[in-house]
Amino acid sequence: MTDQTDTASPNTARLFDRLDTLGPRAVEHRPWPRHLTDRAGWLTLIDDLEKDGGLALIGLWADADAGGHKVHAALRDEASGTGAVAVVSLPCPDGRFPSLSAVRPSAIRLERAIQDLFGLVAEGLTDPRPWLDHGRWGLRHPLANTPTTTDGTAPPPSYPVLPCEGEGLHQIPVGPVHAGIIEPGHFRFTANGETVVRLEERLGYVHKGVEALMRGQPVERAAKIIARLSGDSTVAHSIAFAQAVEAALGLTIPPRAVWLRALMAELERLANHLGDIGAIANDAAFSFLLAHLSPLREAVLRAADACFGHRLMMDCVVPGGVAPDIAATGPQRLLDLTADLRRRFAPLVAVYDDKSSLQDRTLTTGVIHRGLANRFAAGGFVGRASGRDGDARKSPGYAPYTDLEFEVPVLTEGDVNARVWIRIREVEQSLSLIEQIIRRMPGVPRGPDGITPPPLLTLPSVGEERAGMALVESFRGEILTWVRLSADGTVARCHPRDPSWFQWPLLEAAIEGNIVADFPLCNKSVNGSYSGHDL
Amino acid sequence: MFNHILRALTKGPVTEPAPSPSADGLAELAGRIEAASRARLGRSLSIRAVDAGSCNGCELELHALNNPIYDVERFGLRFVASPRHADVLLVTGPVTKNMAEALRRTWDATPDPKWVVACGACAIDGGVFAGSYACVGPVETVIPVDLRIPGCPPRPAELLAGLLSLLEHSASRG
Repeated sequence: MTDQTDTASPNTARLFDRLDTLGPRAVEHRPWPRHLTDRAGWLTLIDDLEKDGGLALIGLWADADAGGHKVHAALRDEASGTGAVAVVSLPCPDGRFPSLSAVRPSAIRLERAIQDLFGLVAEGLTDPRPWLDHGRWGLRHPLANTPTTTDGTAPPPSYPVLPCEGEGLHQIPVGPVHAGIIEPGHFRFTANGETVVRLEERLGYVHKGVEALMRGQPVERAAKIIARLSGDSTVAHSIAFAQAVEAALGLTIPPRAVWLRALMAELERLANHLGDIGAIANDAAFSFLLAHLSPLREAVLRAADACFGHRLMMDCVVPGGVAPDIAATGPQRLLDLTADLRRRFAPLVAVYDDKSSLQDRTLTTGVIHRGLANRFAAGGFVGRASGRDGDARKSPGYAPYTDLEFEVPVLTEGDVNARVWIRIREVEQSLSLIEQIIRRMPGVPRGPDGITPPPLLTLPSVGEERAGMALVESFRGEILTWVRLSADGTVARCHPRDPSWFQWPLLEAAIEGNIVADFPLCNKSVNGSYSGHDL
Repeated sequence: MFNHILRALTKGPVTEPAPSPSADGLAELAGRIEAASRARLGRSLSIRAVDAGSCNGCELELHALNNPIYDVERFGLRFVASPRHADVLLVTGPVTKNMAEALRRTWDATPDPKWVVACGACAIDGGVFAGSYACVGPVETVIPVDLRIPGCPPRPAELLAGLLSLLEHSASRG
């Protein structure tokens, strides 16, 4: 796979310079422009995606309202350095739209999900098998305007795995119930001896109907559901949803809330990285690092509990601000925590760096090539270990990170070792960010009567339909959340796109040619979310 | 690395004392466990965790039980890789329709005597996902439940207290 970043034709204006030619700009969409196009415009978009590798597809979802069905594609300009973002929307009056899968393989699973949930047909979809729908819901197309009921007691249809033929090949089916304390999913390995020839993932086992549950709910209720989309990213998903709602309503939240959100987000990043670095080493049978890093994770969670009243900080970020202010003793407790972690983390990194028997397992294992990472617009440590420097905190950037100093580590090797080192560097950056935030966070504002208002605003009633979008960096990578609010302020449609959508397919590529025994290492180093992806 | 090991040897373990077994859990278990099975189990339980649609929050806290701070194995509680080796199925999540059959099959594969723990708000009543077209609902609608550990997610200390009450009960010889 070659690097396609620089293949844009110099003679034609790039898509982002002529978005207006695709169709008129929708007025009620914030903060990025949304252009309403027609079939010809959508085909132009496909043509541009084919020619311009710097045009990243960062989201693809459908919507249904009284006006019928639509598909929305979110794009980012990665070649020009501006990182401009835009959404292109296509109405589908006849229930069909031309597939993007031939030009962006990252669209395949998103379109399969759209077919399952809305009943729209992606014309020319390179893999038309169902994805989230395993034939067990008693319902087809649950998000369409007219879902159809099916016989829920009938045995589910069989799911054909992709054929893989050759001499000496055998299959190893794994899951959905896995051997560890892990989320469920099915992996079908085809191996020749110890070497994996092909891995095929089948996900959707933890599909909970999140998008349907949120529909028609007040924003406060929808926020509780979003906070449980993926437990390890509860803060980041809550921030993304809150920012999308606030963008739609044009609401500016109290500065202190902005800083407290970032504080929680960095604690979440820290806890996940500390736990995962240890778990990756443990998957290489080096349990020492897990034994020493998991207490560090525990220290972060206890500090979070002491500061915000919940170890994972679930429901602490809500649209309008944050639910509890940090405990009075919180800032000092977190400074003590970062000082303690700095002292204890560095020697453990030295252990990882010194153990050649451990590096033997992680170096050159599970390589994800840069070209492939680019085609999937992979973010987070998966993208950054394969040469992609994207980080939503920097581009498009949001407060308070625009005022903070931090680096986005990037490596090019793309192997398990590179992903471990990105996480190590991000731990160091998050420690610094937490210290900066505590030192610079606006103080508690006090009214003249001495009463401290919580950093939380009531959502205004705007009396018209609005749409908003947010790009927020979770520990795993960039979350895209799109929300359409009804005139009465309830959620008409919310689509949270977890970074895992663009990372799971890369795991299939990473394991190819590696031995079966290295799969846990590859899997843990990528660490896709099942629940966040299955919705 | 050797400094770490030396420090661990001289300073002693970081493991914290156990919480007292949850009174609610003990009450719920009263009368559910046959004397014969108590004798067979002694003071150890092998647990097979099954995620039946959880958001992964419960799993994160179950992982914490295995860290040196909580060190669940000192009580004879052990997470095992196969239902064939398990005494207890610990189920999380609102049981998605896509996972219901896998959960039932896991239960069928677990030898008797066996107990089922519904862990977390979703496993107990569906949590925020109750009523979804894609969820069956509480674990007890699919397999019989012996113990419920509430929380979203339960803290490790609460998990430990619940599991200890199961252990106490299975060990008390009436």
